[in-house]
Amino acid sequence: MSLTSSRPRVARAASRPSSAGRLQAWLPRLVLAPSVAISLFFVYGFMLWTFILSLTNSRLLPSYEFVGFGQYARLMANERWWVASTNLMIFGGLFVLICLALGAFLAILLDQRIRQEGALRTIYLYPMALSFIVTGVVWKWLLNPGLGIQAMVRSWGFESFTFDWLVNPDMAVYTLVIAAVWQASGFVMALFLAGLRGIDDSIIKAAQLDGASLPRIYLRVVVPCLRPVVFSAVMILAHIAIKSFDLVVALTGGGPGYASDLPATFMYAHAFTRAQIGLGSASAMLMLGGVLAILIPYLYSELRGRKHG
Amino acid sequence: MDNVIRRRTPAARLWRVALYAVLVVAALFYLLPLVVMVITSVKPLDEISAGSLLSLPMNPTLAPWTKAWGEACTGMRCEGVGGYFINSIAIVVPAVLISTLIGALNGYALTKWRFKGSELLFALMLFGCFIPFQVVLLPMAQTLGWLGISSSRAGLILVHVVFGIAFTTLFFRNFYVAIPTELVSAAKLDGAGFFRIFWRILLPVSAPIIVVSVIWQFTQIWNDFLFGVAFSAHDTQPVTVALNNLVNTSTGVREYNVDMAAAMIAALPTLLVYVLAGKYFVRGLTAGSVKG
Repeated sequence: MSLTSSRPRVARAASRPSSAGRLQAWLPRLVLAPSVAISLFFVYGFMLWTFILSLTNSRLLPSYEFVGFGQYARLMANERWWVASTNLMIFGGLFVLICLALGAFLAILLDQRIRQEGALRTIYLYPMALSFIVTGVVWKWLLNPGLGIQAMVRSWGFESFTFDWLVNPDMAVYTLVIAAVWQASGFVMALFLAGLRGIDDSIIKAAQLDGASLPRIYLRVVVPCLRPVVFSAVMILAHIAIKSFDLVVALTGGGPGYASDLPATFMYAHAFTRAQIGLGSASAMLMLGGVLAILIPYLYSELRGRKHG
Repeated sequence: MDNVIRRRTPAARLWRVALYAVLVVAALFYLLPLVVMVITSVKPLDEISAGSLLSLPMNPTLAPWTKAWGEACTGMRCEGVGGYFINSIAIVVPAVLISTLIGALNGYALTKWRFKGSELLFALMLFGCFIPFQVVLLPMAQTLGWLGISSSRAGLILVHVVFGIAFTTLFFRNFYVAIPTELVSAAKLDGAGFFRIFWRILLPVSAPIIVVSVIWQFTQIWNDFLFGVAFSAHDTQPVTVALNNLVNTSTGVREYNVDMAAAMIAALPTLLVYVLAGKYFVRGLTAGSVKG
């Protein structure tokens, strides 16, 4: 089929402003319509639906008997929810900070004309291709006190070496940080490296001519240029942290007890296994609130920045 | 920064050595879990309890792999993860193709056929990239029930398509927006229609973004656990759910080598994609973050 052979037919169709022509004008809208409808129903509709469920006393099955904000009050009085929320603060905070620090550090080092840079980059980034379930299973094995890292170091002669965070209620949440940093820090490195490569060399050359030292150049010239990268990295990492569900399930199972629960596992446990649909919905709405709390300032500054720029 | 590096004073040389040392240590940190996973998966069980994490297998065996694939217990059943691996393929392939096709058409309509309100529609759809999926789980479960496809592969395909098109639309929209409009305008004047322009002008240059979208969707859906565990039954579970069940099945002796072999089986497809097309993988990750 060539472009020329059917041109007359097309031209004829266009020449009369008939139903075919009108159809052409509406086609883009028709093509978009299903996706918009899907979005309205499955995203916005479902959000509203979950909100409505969170106002009811639904337990095993959805009921539509309204109890106002009672479920939210129950949630606020629920100790497990507070453990989960506090854990999210600890996990999210450390995860974001360590990923940023490690990612920036590795990116700066890799940017020093390193031989085998490609191979190193590939190694740093591959965990991002794995499922959090795989990551959880592997780290569960590494952190297993009896057979993992603790046992290995002890077999080297350090008999009193202890690394039992996985089974220690006070420390279990930090094992999530280790595994998540392992998985995502290479990605942050890639973001920073792309940012570094995007900086105009002439600015750095000028600073060098002025006699600025290398650390000083990084602090005063490079870091300010990377602000947008930091911003989007924080955004993505915070988002990963709030959604973290599979990693907890595979690595700690939320345990010991519920010591390493996160809101995502709390919601799943209550909505799907503990027959507390109302309470689960309320916790899901609060998770949404958390995402919006980081998303809205981000979008705001993005839009404002674009208008100025 | 050439002059900083080309000066090879002793101090500079020492600095280079330290630099490489740090980079190699970091590489070991990232590689360690994979190495341990591979080593453990080919060790007989008695070597695991006798040796340490990093001791090489003395009698390497593939028995854990065959057991993980075909015999290991995942919950009540003991048929390995092989069948679930097939499930994952059967879910991933249609979901990736459908969501990429829809995303391409959406991106094309949003950039080359702009109409009043089209930007708003895009912003509306984009929000789907950001929601925590917990907020749609319960209504989705009920809706799948009404549609008569709860706990089926078809249901999971639908879910992945529905929540994938926000991303695919974003990818294609940002790609097409950078393609000059002149060619499209000329074709429109010639009377070429919507699909014809897409087919003849946009699609031939879309290869890079198609690869990005396919890889992104493939990794996302293959690695999904939340939807898989919420919306599947025993015989429709994806491999991630089966892996988790296998590891948490507590009957008899804990076979760590089988666990690791199963984890490798679940990880191999996405690892393979990453090794073969890493460039596009990274581009998808960053495109997801760099907004249009």
